[in-house]
Amino acid sequence: MTFSSTEIWFIIAVLGVGTYLIRFSFLGLIGDRPMHPFVLRLLRFTPVAVLPGMVAPLVLWPAATGGQPDLIRILAALATVGVGLWTRNVLWAIAAGVVTLYAGMGITAP
Amino acid sequence: MTTSTVKNPAKSAYWAGLRDGLPYIFMAAPFSVLFGVVAMDAGLSVGQAMGFSVLVIAGASQFAAVQMITENAGIAFVLLAALAVNLRMAMYSASLVPYLGSAPLWQRALVSYLNFDQTYITSVARYEARPEMAVPDRVAYFFGVATPITPVWIGMTLVGILAGKAIPEAWALDFIMPIMFLAMVAPMMKSLAHVAAAGASVIVALVLSGLPSGTGLLIAAAVAMLTGAMVETWTEKRAQ
Repeated sequence: MTFSSTEIWFIIAVLGVGTYLIRFSFLGLIGDRPMHPFVLRLLRFTPVAVLPGMVAPLVLWPAATGGQPDLIRILAALATVGVGLWTRNVLWAIAAGVVTLYAGMGITAP
Repeated sequence: MTTSTVKNPAKSAYWAGLRDGLPYIFMAAPFSVLFGVVAMDAGLSVGQAMGFSVLVIAGASQFAAVQMITENAGIAFVLLAALAVNLRMAMYSASLVPYLGSAPLWQRALVSYLNFDQTYITSVARYEARPEMAVPDRVAYFFGVATPITPVWIGMTLVGILAGKAIPEAWALDFIMPIMFLAMVAPMMKSLAHVAAAGASVIVALVLSGLPSGTGLLIAAAVAMLTGAMVETWTEKRAQ
């Protein structure tokens, strides 16, 4: 890392303010003024547009294995998605992923 | 409904929220510990690591920022990528307006600070299921959900900072975050458009993963949002 302490604090401050403004944006400022329907439609897809793309490289090329694909992590990811689609329940999906991850690591441990 | 809830519905809504938020501490805790560990590995100070968890209070973007700080990306790229990760919260903010828009400004301001994935998704599910809820009850419920998660998120970052070196890599804490986000996204696959958006996001992000500093994710997210919106428009037209 080549950042100075001041630069790091600058990043934290801007991210803190920026993130807060994003969260405050509609609820705090725009209120009940109407928004363009297509903008609303785009915004509705934000979670499913950001999170899968963020996670996919972490699943296929995890830093913990030096970027090598890891069967256990891939299976844990598939179990999470599968149970999440099936049960529509976040906590069951997490449980499935974590159990698969640790069971797989337990079985393959030397 | 018992007599006590009739007497003070806002209080009972708060406790209902607290009960519903409680299970999330089990995933916020390892995620937050991991952030403390990662921040220390990246060379941040204790104050800076805590500053992230208190001031930014948005896990995925904190990881994104620290990751890019480690890679010595330019400051503008660090900020852009981390804020892009949080852009979804503009949608959260927008979708809360019909439910909480008439609450006092200070309450909306506090809700905004506490508006992250778990509190938002849990609260909106409750609002949708119970349209008769009064606005003060909705606000109380939201604060109830946030009550167990927020201190755990902040406190466990400190645990990660202090215990970082003592946590064996074999615990694979690195993979708790992907599991958590996959678990949150999978139940959101409500239509073909959602699946198309997620698919586009994965494909473009993987193809562009060689691009520097998270720019691939920005492009992937934009393409995926457009894909979802267009597929939805198309399926609506077909249904007519």
